[in-house]
Amino acid sequence: MEKFTVHTGKAAPLRASNVDTDQIIPAEYLKRITRHGFEDALFAAWRKDPEFILNQPQTQGVTILVAGPDFGTGSSREHAVWALMDYGFKVIISSRYADIFRGNSGKQGLLTAVVDQEVVEALWQIIEEAPETQVKVDLEARTVNAGELTASFEVDDYVRWRLIEGLDDIGLTMRHVETINSFEAARPTFKPVTR
Amino acid sequence: MARTLAEKVWSDHVVRHAEGEPDLLFIDLHLVHEVTSAQAFDGLRETQRIVRRPDLTLATEDHNVPTIDIDKPIADPISRAQVDALRNNCAEFGVPIYSLGNAEQGIVHVVGPQLGLTQPGMTVVCGDSHTSTHGAFGALAFGIGTSEVEHVLATQTLPLKPFKTMAITVNGALPEGVTAKDLILAVITKIGTGGGQGYVLEYRGEAIRALSMEARMTICNMSIEAGARAGMIAPDETTFDYLNGRDHAPKGADWDAAVAYWRTLPSDADAKFDAEVVIDASELSPFVTWGTNPGQGAPLSDVVPTPEDFADPAAREAATKALAYMGLTAGTPLKSIAVDTVFLGSCTNGRIEDLRAAADIVRGRKVADGVRFMVVPGSVRVRLEAMAEGLDKVFLEAGAEWREAGCSMCLAMNPDKLIPGERSASTSNRNFEGRQGPGGRTHLVSPQVAAATAIRGTLSAPADLITNAS
Ligand code: SF4
Repeated sequence: MEKFTVHTGKAAPLRASNVDTDQIIPAEYLKRITRHGFEDALFAAWRKDPEFILNQPQTQGVTILVAGPDFGTGSSREHAVWALMDYGFKVIISSRYADIFRGNSGKQGLLTAVVDQEVVEALWQIIEEAPETQVKVDLEARTVNAGELTASFEVDDYVRWRLIEGLDDIGLTMRHVETINSFEAARPTFKPVTR
Repeated sequence: MARTLAEKVWSDHVVRHAEGEPDLLFIDLHLVHEVTSAQAFDGLRETQRIVRRPDLTLATEDHNVPTIDIDKPIADPISRAQVDALRNNCAEFGVPIYSLGNAEQGIVHVVGPQLGLTQPGMTVVCGDSHTSTHGAFGALAFGIGTSEVEHVLATQTLPLKPFKTMAITVNGALPEGVTAKDLILAVITKIGTGGGQGYVLEYRGEAIRALSMEARMTICNMSIEAGARAGMIAPDETTFDYLNGRDHAPKGADWDAAVAYWRTLPSDADAKFDAEVVIDASELSPFVTWGTNPGQGAPLSDVVPTPEDFADPAAREAATKALAYMGLTAGTPLKSIAVDTVFLGSCTNGRIEDLRAAADIVRGRKVADGVRFMVVPGSVRVRLEAMAEGLDKVFLEAGAEWREAGCSMCLAMNPDKLIPGERSASTSNRNFEGRQGPGGRTHLVSPQVAAATAIRGTLSAPADLITNAS
């Protein structure tokens, strides 16, 4: 996993709440069996609308998405995170996320920054007025900066540490394989097996 | 210290606890299906890792399998590739699998419980959000993403932060004709699609205790629609009776030891929940959704709501958008809304009791002209059990379609889809835009309402038929 300390880039405003993972990536794309190449699937239904924000010239090359509350609700499909990342997003900023989506993001290295809804509104205003604004997300300092605005964001401590160090989760767990062995040895015999 | 059910199950599975880090939790059962696993197996191959406990892992094919002509190769090449990938991965990594054509194939959340694999006090995960279904047994069961699937395959553990707990106490008794589905839809409308966020919900109270295991599964299944990580119901005699004798349930001395342990699991009387919601079951009536998220619901006897009546601006905007998508006008009686398709199935309501309840309503009646009524059992076992009882004939004689087991029109990954603008009454769990096919419009309902709707052609409660039948 790539290390993440500071990211600077253009941001797109997504003025919608409750953006569920069916909207982020419709089910028809879940049939693929590869881990990459989902950029065309991102918001596939909405992107058919020429008015959709990501179809505008000013949002080309964005790497930060500023979304309304309850982003990523619904199905647990991790493809939603892959699609966002394949499209080029490095950071999502919102006031609230669905838990599973947030967990998935942390594992893949997509930062989900939590800010107050007022900060979301302020960011929307800034990037709508000046789409070229370079938004700076500093994971070490936990701040987001755009034009005159500087605000702090929340991020889970552990996820932050892993992102900064670029650490893979399974490798971390494998360090404790002895502990897993002894836990397993003490499990009750009545627990079922699948074969 | 007094503890809740969820806290007990959690602490019995902590492999490693360290300050400032997530707990490492042991996973008792890992269910796998074709959609969210291919990339996880790929990851194992890339890193040359193995499946640590294939004997605690079980795969089945459900999300995009066809529900007719299952003896022929899967027509859609992408679906076929995904199913083939699962079969190959299971063979390579030694994971047991129930494939299309096997008597145990079916929707992953129907298969686990009916085999007796889902038991109280277990941790159960699957790369699917409706894993919450298994919480009906007093298991801590939740959906995970594909990299977590890979993590569990490789280590049989997951690093997790403890959840908060919320009690949903349902007092009183459900009135005649009101089901678990109506109850959970009402709960979601009450607390909202974000209301359960960060919580494990524990459903308790008189009305919950009175429910069958299958009805409890319907409730826990939709916990995720309230934003919760999981839903749980404390195990009791109903749970033990359901499990006793099932293929993978403990036997002999193991059974006694298991039951003794299971009896220790219910929340202590003085356990503290982080939040509590209280509901009076006796006030509930058949419930349907009118919008595009499961929290946009109302009693069937109501009218389509007026967006201006919502105090919260976000809810108002969401309602306006939903009505436009759904093609509905505020003030229209819900019962006058005509549907094109009725879908009976899914991991919410595709079990034998659901089919029985619906069959009781359609028996001797005919599906309304122009309405397509699809009946899709949740598993092959459910299908065979229904056929042994003659339910297939009841549905067929009424003019319904009797199909093979799978997820089907719950998420329309197989050919079972709505066409744009079509409207369905569906016993599934999600009414998101396009969920049942691009442009499709979904009203979530109970099996009883689904059946009555199929007969009348408009959203209907079974009671509406009885008045009309004379
Ligand atoms: S029936 Fe629907 S909700 Fe259940 S597992 Fe299948 S697709 Fe998911």
